[in-house]
Amino acid sequence: MFTALLIEQLLNGLQLGVMLFLMAAGLTLIFGVMGLINLAHGSLYMIGAFACAVVASATGSFWLGLIASLVAAAGVGALIEVAVIRRLYDRDHLDQVLATFALILILSEGARWLFGSFPLYLDIPKLLQGAVPLPGGGQYQLYRLAIIAVGIVVAVGLYLLIARTRLGMRIRAGESDREMIAALGVDISTLYTVVFALGAALAGLAGALVGALQSVQVGMGEPVLILAFVVIVIGGIGSIKGALVGAVIVGVVDTMGRFLLPSLLALTMPAAQATTIGAALASMLIYVVMALILAFRPSGLFAAQS
Amino acid sequence: MSEPILEIRDLKKSFNALKATDGVSLDLQPGQIHALIGPNGAGKSTLIHQIAGSLKADSGTIRFLGQDIGSLDMAARARLGLARSFQISSLAQEFSALRNVMLAVQAKAGSSFRFFRQVTSDRRLIDPAMAMLERVGLAHRAHVPAAELSHGERRQLEIAIALALQPKAFLFDEPMAGMGPEGSKQLTTFLDGLRHEAPMLLVEHDMDAVFALADRISVLVYGRIIATGTVDEIRRDPEVRRAYLGEAA
Amino acid sequence: MTRETAINLLLAALLLALPLIAAGIGEPFYVTLATRVVVLALAAVGLNLALGLGGLLSFGHAAFFGLGGYAAGILATHAFNAEPLFAGIPGTTSMPLIWLVAIAVAGLVALPIGAISLRTTGVYFIMITLAFAQMIYYFAISWPAYGGEDGLSIYVRNSFPGLNTAQPLPYFLICFAVLIAALLLFRLIEGSRFGSAVQAARQNGVRLAAVGIPPFRIRLVAFVLSAMITGLAGALYADLNRFVGPSMLSWHMSGELMVLIILGGKGRLFGPVAGAMIFVCLEYVLGGITERWQFFLGLILLGIVLFARGGFLGLLSGKPRHV
Repeated sequence: MFTALLIEQLLNGLQLGVMLFLMAAGLTLIFGVMGLINLAHGSLYMIGAFACAVVASATGSFWLGLIASLVAAAGVGALIEVAVIRRLYDRDHLDQVLATFALILILSEGARWLFGSFPLYLDIPKLLQGAVPLPGGGQYQLYRLAIIAVGIVVAVGLYLLIARTRLGMRIRAGESDREMIAALGVDISTLYTVVFALGAALAGLAGALVGALQSVQVGMGEPVLILAFVVIVIGGIGSIKGALVGAVIVGVVDTMGRFLLPSLLALTMPAAQATTIGAALASMLIYVVMALILAFRPSGLFAAQS
Repeated sequence: MSEPILEIRDLKKSFNALKATDGVSLDLQPGQIHALIGPNGAGKSTLIHQIAGSLKADSGTIRFLGQDIGSLDMAARARLGLARSFQISSLAQEFSALRNVMLAVQAKAGSSFRFFRQVTSDRRLIDPAMAMLERVGLAHRAHVPAAELSHGERRQLEIAIALALQPKAFLFDEPMAGMGPEGSKQLTTFLDGLRHEAPMLLVEHDMDAVFALADRISVLVYGRIIATGTVDEIRRDPEVRRAYLGEAA
Repeated sequence: MTRETAINLLLAALLLALPLIAAGIGEPFYVTLATRVVVLALAAVGLNLALGLGGLLSFGHAAFFGLGGYAAGILATHAFNAEPLFAGIPGTTSMPLIWLVAIAVAGLVALPIGAISLRTTGVYFIMITLAFAQMIYYFAISWPAYGGEDGLSIYVRNSFPGLNTAQPLPYFLICFAVLIAALLLFRLIEGSRFGSAVQAARQNGVRLAAVGIPPFRIRLVAFVLSAMITGLAGALYADLNRFVGPSMLSWHMSGELMVLIILGGKGRLFGPVAGAMIFVCLEYVLGGITERWQFFLGLILLGIVLFARGGFLGLLSGKPRHV
C-alpha cells in the first residue's frame, strides 16, 4: 500500500513539475531572448484558465475551451507586448518589475470586473475521466496522467521548434546577438511579439489544464508564478533544459516533502505535532533546496551564459 | 638579484579550446618597470586579470611579496598592495573625480564601515585625494563627475586612484590607450618617476613609451612568453623580430 | 538650500500639519490615514537604503516588514495571555522593547538571506529575494501557533512611556518621530564612508573591489541595515492596525514598497515619503470613487514607470545632485 501511495505522490509531483515547466518555459524564453523579467506571466495563466472555463461552459466542450485558452492567452500576450512590454526591453530590471507589477493589478482587477469574485469550475473532459490502476494496488487519475503527457509533448515540441525550425534559429540568434539578426534583416520586433505570445500561450495552456483540477479564480496565477521563478532560478535563467529539470525538481521535492516530512517527524514526536511542524517545514522545503543549489551554482544548474 | 615583488610561475588559463595563458612565468623586480608587449589577442589582458584577481587561473602560482595570492579575491589582493588600472576606464561614474580618489584613500585606511562622519567635510580623505589629483594634473577637474570627464582625464583619474592606494606594485593595462601624442609623452614622463615608488607591470601598445620606460620587457605571443630581456636584448632577439615586430623592424 | 531640500521640508511640514489639523477638528480617521503614510514611508526608507543607495533590487522586503509585525504581535500576545515566550522569558507590551526585538529579528533573518542572495546579481537577485520572502510567507500560513492564515490580533495597542498610544494623534506623533529619526540616519549613512562604498558598489562593483573594498560585505551590511529599518516599520504597522497577518509578508507588500520608492523618486532622501503620500492618497481617493481602484492604480503606476522616470521628486526638483 505504501508503494502505491509513494508512486501516486511521485506522479503528483511530476504533474506539478510539468505544469511548472509550461510556465517556466515561457518565462525563461522571454528572459533569454528579450532580457525581460515578466511578473505578469501569472496573469496569462489566469487568463487561459478563465477562457477555458467560460468557453467550456458555454459550448459544453472542454476541447474548445482548451483552444480558447491558447488563443486568449496568446492574444492578450501579443496585445500587452505591443502596448507595454516592448517599451521595457531597454529599461532596467526595476522598471520591468514595476511595470509588469502594474499589469498584474490591471489584469487581476480586470478579470474580477469581467467574471466576478466567485470562482468558476471546469469539469474534466469525459474522455479523460476515470482512473488507471497503479502497480502495488491503488489507482491514479487519468486526467493527471494526461497533463504529464501534454508536458512531455510540449517539451519535445519546444526542443524541435528551437533546434530545427527557422523561428527557432532566430530565437537562438536573438539570445546571442540582437544586432546581428537585426542586421540580417529579421524583423526583430515581430520576432519578440511572437516569442512573447508563444510564452503566453504556454502559460494559458497550463492555466486551462490546472483549471479542471482546482477552481478558476483571480489570483490563481500568483503562487504558480513564484514557483516558476524558483524553477528558472534553479535551472538557470534562459535555459529551456534548465526549466525542465528545475520544474521536475521543484514539483517532486515539494510534493514529496509534504507527503513524507510529517511521517518522518512522526517517528520522533507525537503525530499531531508532527503533522503541523511537518507541513510548515514542507512549505519551506523547495526554497531550502533552491538556496542549497545556489550556494554551489550561483547562476543555476544550466546557466545559459556567464 | 633581489627578491622579486611579484613572482609568477607556470600560469595557465584556457577558455574552452583557447589557451589564453599557456605556462607564463614572470618576475617583477623592485624599482623596475617591466613591460609586457605582444600582438592583439596574445593574452596580455587575461594575464593582468589573473594577477589582479578578476579571473582565476587554471593552474600555476602567483606570489606577491612572498605570499601565494592565488586564492585571494580582487579586493584582498588590492589590500595587499596591488593597484591596477583598467584597459577601459572603470570608475564610479556618478561620483566626482575627487570622490573617486577619496574612495581609494578610504580603502587604504581600511575604514569603510564608518557610518556617521560625513566624507564631504573629512579632511583626512579630501586632502590626500586632492594631492593625488594634483600630482596627475587633474585638480582643476576635481568636482566634475567621472562620467563627464574626457577620455584622457579618465585615464589620469585611474592613475590618481592607483597612487592613492600607496601600492607595493602597479599593474597598468594600456594606460596610454586612446591618448594623443602630447598626452602620451606627459604620461610617459610621469610613469618614469613612479618606478621608485613601486615597481610596475605595464601592458602597453605604444612602443615609444615602452622603449623609453621599460627596464625589462617580456613578449607574449599566443599565451606564451617567447622572450624576456632588456630593451636592447628584445630589439635584437630574432624570434621576437619574427613573431612580433615582423616587417616593422 | 537646494530646491529638493525645500520640497523635502515642505513635505515633512505638510505631513505633520495635516493630522494636527484633522485631530483639531475631530477627524481621527485622517490622523490614522496619515499614520499609515508615515509607517509605509518608514518601511520604504529602509528599502531605499538597499535599492536606492546600493542598487539592490530586493523584491522580498515584505519578509522583514512582516517579521517586524509578527515580533510585535507575538510579544504582545504573550504579554496579554501572561504566557512566557520560551525559557521563562515573558512577552512585553512596551513599544521600545518591541522595536528592539523587531529590529534584531529582521536583521538576523536578513543576514543569511542576504548572504545567499548577494552571491547572485541582476534578475537572479530579484527572484531569490522574492522566493525567500515567499518561504517565510508560507511558513507563517502553515504554522498554526500564531494564527496561521488568520493572523494575530493585538487587543490593546502596545504602550509607550508617557503617551496614550490608544489615541490616534499621540501614536501618529510617535511614528512621525521615528520616521524623522530614520530619515536623519539615512542622510548620515549616505554621506558617510560606508555610504560612499555602498553607492560605489551600485555604480561599479569592480572598481570598488579594485581599490580593496569587498563589495559583497558592503552590500550585505547595507542589506541588513535596510531590513532592520523595514522591520521596525513592520512593528509600527502591526500596532497601527492592531493586527498582523500573512498579508504583511506577501509579495504584493514587497511590490508596494518598491512602488512607493519609484513613485517618490529612487535614491532620494524623501522619495519614500513622497511616494507613500501619493500612494495612500491614490488608494484613498480611488477607493472612494470605485470598487475597482486597483485597476486604475495599475494604470497610473504603469504610466509613471513608462513616462515619468525619476518619480515625483524627480519631476519637481530635476536631476539629483552629485558630489
